[in-house]
Amino acid sequence: MATDDVWVLGISMTKFGKHPDKDMVDLASEAVLGALADGGVTMADMGVVAAGSLMAANAGMGQQVQKQLGQTGVPVYNVANACATGATALRVAMLAIKAGETDMGLAFGVEKLSGAGLLSGGTRKDDSGVYAPSGRYGAVAPVDGRIGTDIMPGVFAQIGMEYGHRHGGTSFELFARISEKNHAHSTLNPLAAYSKKMTLEEIMGDFMVAYPNTRPMCSANCDGAAAAVLVSGAKLATLSLEQRRRAVKVSASVLTSDPWEEACQVLPDVNTLTRNAATLAYEQAGVGPDDLDLVELHDCFATAELVHYDNLMLCEPGGAVDFFNSGATWRDGSMPVNVSGGLESKGHPIGATGIANVWEVATHLRGEAGPRQIEGAKVGLTHVIGLGSACGVHILEKSAA
Amino acid sequence: MAEQIPLVDYLVLGNDPHLVANECTSCGARFFDRRNACASCGRSGFTKVDIPTEGEVRAFTIVAFAAPGVPTPYVAAMVDCAGTSVRANLINIPADPEHVSLGMQVRLTTEVVGTDDEGTEAIGFGFEPKEA
Repeated sequence: MATDDVWVLGISMTKFGKHPDKDMVDLASEAVLGALADGGVTMADMGVVAAGSLMAANAGMGQQVQKQLGQTGVPVYNVANACATGATALRVAMLAIKAGETDMGLAFGVEKLSGAGLLSGGTRKDDSGVYAPSGRYGAVAPVDGRIGTDIMPGVFAQIGMEYGHRHGGTSFELFARISEKNHAHSTLNPLAAYSKKMTLEEIMGDFMVAYPNTRPMCSANCDGAAAAVLVSGAKLATLSLEQRRRAVKVSASVLTSDPWEEACQVLPDVNTLTRNAATLAYEQAGVGPDDLDLVELHDCFATAELVHYDNLMLCEPGGAVDFFNSGATWRDGSMPVNVSGGLESKGHPIGATGIANVWEVATHLRGEAGPRQIEGAKVGLTHVIGLGSACGVHILEKSAA
Repeated sequence: MAEQIPLVDYLVLGNDPHLVANECTSCGARFFDRRNACASCGRSGFTKVDIPTEGEVRAFTIVAFAAPGVPTPYVAAMVDCAGTSVRANLINIPADPEHVSLGMQVRLTTEVVGTDDEGTEAIGFGFEPKEA
C-alpha cells in the first residue's frame, strides 16, 4: 500500500428512517461509534474531525459530537455543501491526511428530515403593501410558481425531460421503471427507510408531485447518520492484518462545482460538473467505467438517475435510455446501480448521504453485504450532487491484503 | 387604466412586451439577474439585449404539489429563445401531459399576477402555444 494513499479504515451508518426518540447528536454518535469500532480505533486516534449537516449547518455538530464522545482538542471542520455535504466532509478529512497534518481522521454526516416535505419553494401570501422591486431580479412579488419552479421535484423533472428532448426515448413510464428498480433493490437492505417492493402501476398511480415524478420517484426525507474513519497508507501499514484486510482504498476523491454553460443559471446544469468529476476520478484511480462492479449514484429523483448513467459514462453518450432498458443497472445486470435502494427508498438524510453511499460500496468490497452482496466486487463508485452546485465522486477499491 | 409594474425587472412592458438580458461585452454570456461580473469570463462590462419572444420548449414539468399559497397545477418550463434559455411557466394551455410536449413552439405573453394596495398591477410573463 503506497504511503500517500488514503484508506477507509472503519465505516458505519445508522438505519435511515424515522428516529423520533433520537436527536442529531444521538444519530451522529451512533454512526461515529460504529465507525470507530469497525476500524478498531478510538476518538483519541482521530487527528481531525469533519462534520456535515446541511439543515444544522451553524450548529457546530462536530464539537457537539466531541462533547459526547471525546473532547480531544483536534480541529473540527463543520461543513455544508448542499446534497454533497457528506462527500465534502469525507474529502475534508482526506485533505488533512493528504496534507500530512494527521494520519487518521473522522468524517461524519447527519440530518433529521422526517416529515420535512418540500425543502425549497417559497410560501406565498396575498400581496399587500405597495409593489417595490427587490432582489437580484427586481421582483415585486414571489416568483416561484409564476416564473418556473423552485421545488426540487420540478427542477429535476425538467433535467430528465431535457435529456429526453436531446436524445429521445424518455416517458413517464421509463422514469417510473427506474424507480421500480430501486424500490426492488431496497427489499434486501435492512437499513433502508423504505424496503417495500412497488409495482410499476403503484409507482405511476401514486401521488403526483411534479410530472413525471410521483412521490415514490422522489428521494425520501428521513433521519440518519453515517461516519467514516480514514487513515493514511503509511499508518495503515502499521496496523493489524485484519484491519488491513478490511480497509478499503479511496482510489479517487473529487469535488467539482458547476462551470458556466449557457442556460446553467436558468435550469441547473447537473451534467457538466458530474461529467467533469467522473473524468477526473477515473483518471486519478486509473480505472474506467468498465472496471466498476457497482455504482451508488445520486437518484434524488428518478428523472435524475437517468442522466447520471450518461454523466458518469456508464453508457454511450446519449445512450442512457437504451442502457437502462437493457437491464444493465439492475442488481443482476452488467452495471448494478443503487443496489442499496438509492435515495428513493434507502432515503436521503442529506448530510449523511455522501458517506452512506461509501458505506454501501465499501460493504460490498469487503464481501459483507449479506443477501444483497454483489459477488466478487472489487471496484465501486459513489456519486452525489447538490444544487448550487457541488458534485462529489469517490472510487473505492478492495484491499489486496 | 391601472398603473402597471413588471413582476421582474427583466420584463419590458409596452406594445411589444419582451425580456431583456445583461450580455457580457467580452464573451457574450447572457444573464437575467443583476450582475457583479461575468460568470463565464470574469469581466464586468455588460450591455442590454432584447430576447426573441418566440422559442421552443426544451424541458417542462407539471407541478402538482407546491408550497402553501402557490396555486397548482402549473407548467414550469425552460424555453430556448433562439439560443438564449429562459425560465418561465407555460400558460393558456391545459396543465396536463396530453397538451404539453417537448419541442413545442411557444411565444411570450403577459398576464396580471396581482394588484397592490394602490391598485398597481404586477404584470408577469409566460409562454403560450404559437398555434392556438
